[in-house]
Amino acid sequence: MRQRLRGKKKIIQWAGFFLLRVCLYLVLGVLLLFLYDVGTKGGGAISWQFLSQAPRRGMTEGGIFPAIIGTFLVTMVTAILAIPLGMFAAIYLNEYARQTRITRIIRLSIRNLSGVPSIVYGLFGVILFVNILKFGTSILSAGLTLGLLTLPWTITASEEALKTIPNSYREGALALGATKWQSIRTNVLPYALPGMLTGTVLGLARAAGETAPIMFTGAAFYLPYLPKSLKDQFMALPYHLYIMATQHHDIAKVRPLAYGTALVLIAMVLGMNMAAVIVRYRLRKKRRT
Amino acid sequence: MQNGKPKIEVKNLNFYYGNTQALKNLNIICPEKKVTAIIGPSGCGKSTFIRTLNRMNDVIPNTRVSGEIYLDGQSIVSAKVDVVELRKRVGMVFQKPNPFPKSIFDNVAYGLRIYGHTDRRKLAETVERSLHHAALWDEVKDRLEENAFSLSGGQQQRLCIARALAVEPEVILFDEPCSAIDPIATAKIEDLIHKLKQDYTVVIVTHNMQQAARVSDFTAFMMLGEVVEFDVTEKIFTNPGNKLTEDYITGRFG
Repeated sequence: MRQRLRGKKKIIQWAGFFLLRVCLYLVLGVLLLFLYDVGTKGGGAISWQFLSQAPRRGMTEGGIFPAIIGTFLVTMVTAILAIPLGMFAAIYLNEYARQTRITRIIRLSIRNLSGVPSIVYGLFGVILFVNILKFGTSILSAGLTLGLLTLPWTITASEEALKTIPNSYREGALALGATKWQSIRTNVLPYALPGMLTGTVLGLARAAGETAPIMFTGAAFYLPYLPKSLKDQFMALPYHLYIMATQHHDIAKVRPLAYGTALVLIAMVLGMNMAAVIVRYRLRKKRRT
Repeated sequence: MQNGKPKIEVKNLNFYYGNTQALKNLNIICPEKKVTAIIGPSGCGKSTFIRTLNRMNDVIPNTRVSGEIYLDGQSIVSAKVDVVELRKRVGMVFQKPNPFPKSIFDNVAYGLRIYGHTDRRKLAETVERSLHHAALWDEVKDRLEENAFSLSGGQQQRLCIARALAVEPEVILFDEPCSAIDPIATAKIEDLIHKLKQDYTVVIVTHNMQQAARVSDFTAFMMLGEVVEFDVTEKIFTNPGNKLTEDYITGRFG
């Protein structure tokens, strides 16, 4: 319904819409500018050699293959920890736990954990995984550290997804003689899963781009070989980028390589986010038919 | 009050949400294969009461119940009662139609499947019989694989009835089953309730007095958590024994 507005009201409405539109374009503009900058400066560095070879000559030549592999492996470890644990924790919190003061405190703590700076997770990972559990500086330690970092996001996103499922699905199943777990398994999880997965993958994508949590727990400055087991150190894209951009002895010379690395990292994260969207779309479509 | 064999007997039932008492000393008998209606103004405890009969209130935290409810002479109030088993015997149809976002077939087969039945032919038979029973078969027989959300509100409610019938309960509880659907669909569901009492014991909560008069054999009038009057429906509506009942059914309040 379109109302006919007059005079002052019309101007106020127009100004309001204008302001909102400007905000949107501003955000979009910054994003596009950023992508353009990284794309033009890094695009030239991208080649098959860049993606498939190890760095050479003090990282002034060659590619970033070990860093891609390292980031991939460490993200896998993160996923294996964060996806099941996060989903089960969310199921417990939303479906089983009584809403008492203690669960409220737990929930608040989880929200707060998602705001803790990632370097703090890094230091915690050094103490717990590297030193106490003796996993050493390794893919395992770094992956588990990133897993901890991702968990609050995974739990929160999964819980939100569970909250969107109407109570009538649960009650309807219970009233037919389903046990609580049956009602959750058949009538809640299938419909919450797309949302849970999306939130989880977004959390993983964020973890894949983190530098601080992995630089003390397993990421290496430079390795002449690929990791052979989970107990090995590894190279990772964000850490590689950090080094190329700030720690290298000839920063000006490796700048194009740094931009290329940034582009690959962005593409990987974007790819994961796209995958999450596709998974969600597929599951939704399946549910409708 | 003449009646058949009592299926459900409620004795001195009290129910509390936290410190608020929602049901006060209820005494009601629902005879086997009859329709018992619970009427009363909003917030009088009708829905709370009907949800004690299949222990649906268990899912609400901070609630407490005292007194007794017997189903075929067996107490169903104690914490030891297997509520899953109870809910198989006492089915429920909710106020708002709540089909699951599955196909029509899968909705009706839901209960059987969770009990572990997998034989396709038996499932198909039961689904067809239940949909016939719920007077929905002719409308949906060609679209059993369609999503249940594609049905109209009244059809959805009959689907929910078919879903409840498919697991062959002994009692069916209706919690204001017609409050969210139109008059024509309501008439169909009332017809259905009439037929259902040949095989099932029915308890229906309604705030529509004409509906209670049309479908039920016995009526309980509740106010503020108490049963004001419980009697044969005809007597409640033609010759109520209590001034409050008379005021309510003649529309002086409520």
